Amino acid sequence: MIIKGGIVYDPANGIFGEEMDLCVDEGRMAEDGKGEVIDARGLLVMPGGVDAHSHIAGTKVNTGRIMRPDDARLGIEPRSGVCRPCTGYTVPNCYAIGYRYARMGYTTAFEAATPIIEARHTHEELEEIPILDKGALTLFGTNWEVMECVRDKDIGKLAAYVAWGLRSARGYGVKIVNPGGGEAWGFGSNVKGPNDPVPNFDVTGAEIICGLAQANEMLRLPHSIHLHFNNLGKPGNYTTALETLELLKDIKPSRMRQVVHVAHMQFSAYGGTSWRDFESKAPVIADYFNSHNHATMDLGQLLFGSATTMTADAPLEYGNARLTHNKWSNHDIELEESSGVVPMVYFRKMLVNAVQWAIGLELALLTRDPWKVLMTTDHPNGSPFINYPEVITLLMSKPKRDAEMATLHEQLPKRTSLGGIERELDWTEIAIMTRAAPARILGLEDKGHFGPGADADISIYDLRPEEVDPSRDHALVKKALAAAKYTIKSGIVVSQKGQILAAPPGRTLR
Amino acid sequence: MISGRTLAQGAGCECKMSPDFLKAVSLCHLSKGDYDALGLCEGKNVQLKNEFGQVVLAPKVDAGLRQGMVFIPMGPWANVLVGPDTGGCGTPQFKGIEVEVEATDASVLEIRDLFRGLRRAQT
Amino acid sequence: MIVEDAICSFCGCLCDDINVEVEEGKIKRVRHACRLGSSKILGHERIKAPMIRRGGELCMVSYQEAYDRAAEILLRAQKPLLYGWASTVCEAQKKGILLAEEVGGVLDSTATVCHGPSVIGIEEKGLPGATLGQVKNRADTIVFWGCNPAEAHPRHSLRYSSNVCGRFTPEGRAGRKIVVVDVRETRTSKNADKTVIIQPGTDYEVISALRMLVAGKGDVVPDEVGGVPKAELDGLAKTLLAARFGAVFFGLGITHSRGRYKNIDNALSLVTELNSHTKFVIMPMRGHYNVGGIGQVLAWSSGFPMSVDFTRNAPYFNPGETAACDLLAKADTDAALIIAADAASNFPRAAVEALAKIPVIQIDPYENPTTLISEVVIPSAIAGVEAEGTAYRMDGMALRMRKLVDTSYPSDEEILSHILESVHRLQRGLER
Repeated sequence: MIIKGGIVYDPANGIFGEEMDLCVDEGRMAEDGKGEVIDARGLLVMPGGVDAHSHIAGTKVNTGRIMRPDDARLGIEPRSGVCRPCTGYTVPNCYAIGYRYARMGYTTAFEAATPIIEARHTHEELEEIPILDKGALTLFGTNWEVMECVRDKDIGKLAAYVAWGLRSARGYGVKIVNPGGGEAWGFGSNVKGPNDPVPNFDVTGAEIICGLAQANEMLRLPHSIHLHFNNLGKPGNYTTALETLELLKDIKPSRMRQVVHVAHMQFSAYGGTSWRDFESKAPVIADYFNSHNHATMDLGQLLFGSATTMTADAPLEYGNARLTHNKWSNHDIELEESSGVVPMVYFRKMLVNAVQWAIGLELALLTRDPWKVLMTTDHPNGSPFINYPEVITLLMSKPKRDAEMATLHEQLPKRTSLGGIERELDWTEIAIMTRAAPARILGLEDKGHFGPGADADISIYDLRPEEVDPSRDHALVKKALAAAKYTIKSGIVVSQKGQILAAPPGRTLR
Repeated sequence: MISGRTLAQGAGCECKMSPDFLKAVSLCHLSKGDYDALGLCEGKNVQLKNEFGQVVLAPKVDAGLRQGMVFIPMGPWANVLVGPDTGGCGTPQFKGIEVEVEATDASVLEIRDLFRGLRRAQT
Repeated sequence: MIVEDAICSFCGCLCDDINVEVEEGKIKRVRHACRLGSSKILGHERIKAPMIRRGGELCMVSYQEAYDRAAEILLRAQKPLLYGWASTVCEAQKKGILLAEEVGGVLDSTATVCHGPSVIGIEEKGLPGATLGQVKNRADTIVFWGCNPAEAHPRHSLRYSSNVCGRFTPEGRAGRKIVVVDVRETRTSKNADKTVIIQPGTDYEVISALRMLVAGKGDVVPDEVGGVPKAELDGLAKTLLAARFGAVFFGLGITHSRGRYKNIDNALSLVTELNSHTKFVIMPMRGHYNVGGIGQVLAWSSGFPMSVDFTRNAPYFNPGETAACDLLAKADTDAALIIAADAASNFPRAAVEALAKIPVIQIDPYENPTTLISEVVIPSAIAGVEAEGTAYRMDGMALRMRKLVDTSYPSDEEILSHILESVHRLQRGLER
């Protein structure tokens, strides 16, 4: 296959919008190609999108589906052509997940939280998701064996346990959620921060995080630890974030990458002492990332409308349920974890929600190096992934942000710096934040770039980067990003102008 | 009337055509008080009847039951007395059903007889 | 040969410590299993060969003839019902969903005559639950409400709940408070510290009273609720509040009686509210070993966990309309495939009569009353004994069932694949 004349963004290889041909041979990028020719003259061409943090498979995702028939009805598409039927908006069925990512030009997605003991369920669903290459991060943050190794300061044994856990769970990397909190939640309480002792175990969250980070580097894993902070979602929690990041700054990475990846930073960049004086602390967080190189983040951008919150941070979900009086599922997992699911709606006129919306954008715009920031919505916590084009256009267009802010709570400008930020991201930065950086942060050598031998995952959009001004023409950009002109997965055209043409099974990466 | 699982019913439910299953399931558990009040004795059966159907079962005294209540192991005999209405939720009401109980000399239907004549003629 | 740590394929406990002695390809002895499990694993008289009914009698045919006839029935029907799925593995369930899509049918599971109301309750309120191991390791207070595990899940108490020792429950039974709420005394209540007998059909009222008492609003509770004196209910509420970790297990006693899904809705609310005071979880006692699995597989495939209508190419879910008993009661289905379940035994009589009026395809290892009303009978390997696959325990844990012995019977998954092939062949024929 040859893709002719596209305007190619391949930042990992130093290509920033050059007109060039791309060649594919046997599902990989190659020097030469033959056969099918795709005319991409003048069009935006990027590697297939990589989502490093999304909740797409496993017990809590399916619990979300089971408890939300209302949501299933929001996204019904009948079966047709190669497509099985689709349902759901925030908690789509497996088929919808594959087709909808592919339509947007995404070809890889990672499930962000799987307990070892329930990994079989996660893989059953991952296998059923068509088209995408997939992986799953394995939860270790509140695991009895982990806590005992950390208590005994036996990092070698901890590394052995992590290796066993990843192998048993067919996991890709080490996920830590509210370390120690899941154990406390076993008897209905929580830890108050990284230095709070975990009940019945003589350890703290801080010790668990550092122990797992050291074990992670001892094992030279492709990905760093992937961390969901303590106190997530609470006013004033930015101090917890900074305190926790400081713990890790002296750990040496075993590979050319970060030591810690922070999940959905938006939910941990909160100021104020209560919801009443709630405000953004994104500038402080962004400063930290600007002045340190051991950490990366994904946004966890929040958008207005329906979401389903789901996390291994079970006490947080109980709080959500009490706050919203919404239905609540909880699932404590013996020896390992706890988790919860609560449906949520984010409102424009609710100041807290508006501030949360602004924080995600601030983080992306104030962090200078796009290699440190991934564009995500923590699907479906901040918003379903289907809304990525909305996030991307907000990041690319100051006028769009201003127009949006004008519809929000009038107190918002006092609680966020967003209104004063002039920066508009360009296609190189978007290609980094949605392709190159997630692949590099995860340690996926064959993803997120077009170098020879890389997986031939390619997205071609009906946009002429040399003609279109995303700042002004954001509506046009959003429309084009929602349905790629071509999505190519391992050298096969899987989607064209929003229509799924082929649905190969995809691989599970581990 | 309530219906539900018993050990013997569960152990026999994969060989329903056997006489053991019949013995385990075509039973009507009732209190000692009701047993005596109905004048039951060895060899007598009970007939249960309501708007949905009637069925003959072997009585069995069950100390766990209060008077006025009968328990039948789940299965085809009990279900003769269950109505099809699901109240809009898909599930029939298998428990808490009003039935009339009386002593009878009639015998319990064998499983094949219970289903005899149900099928429409098909080619 | 001894197969160690095999998984039992009877009930939702999925006990995974069964030792099975196999000699010359036959199962000779089963250790550790309960009476229900060993009876199932040891096996019974099987259906010998596929059969098609001719002139009122079932006649032996080849598998291919049976597959073709099944495909023809399903394709000819306007709205076939594909029912059962509880006693087979997820791999077969996945094929079944595909078949339902292909022929435009309604797929429903035995959940709709068991814990269907629980599913609807969960749709209303969510499920504050846990894995069984969490209960084993932490629970000091356990309530069995409208369930009788001593007869329906005989090893539940020994492996997961009342009598087992765990990290924070070293004393086992002695360290726990066990409460049974039921309309009768049962074998389970003999192992209880306290049994509360309520009048049949009053679960909703009793749960409501407990919610009030737990919330400190006892003044609105009348002197007696469901035949239980207020003082006794107050004592029960205090027991619940005193728990360090409480677990409620509920069964068909509340899903099958007056109130049905509203009972579950209320029980879920009670548990949610108890979590404002202490730690509490709740779990349905699932009956068939993989009835949980069909709910999971359907949910991730179609978005809905039961009673899914594919006749319009898009999944549609409306229990009360698309559940098996409703379809039959309203004569709204014109053919049925019954697999891994015995509808004729377990449906209300009127529904069975309706089923007998339409062509029925049965896929099952054993002859049972459904066989008596079937037009096509296809004998299968016993999933979990003669065929491997995944099953979901009552707490949602996915476990891999191993094959214990060889068999000449095809698995459910193979049978469904063959029927799918026949369907495709017939469809191509029709297109021509």
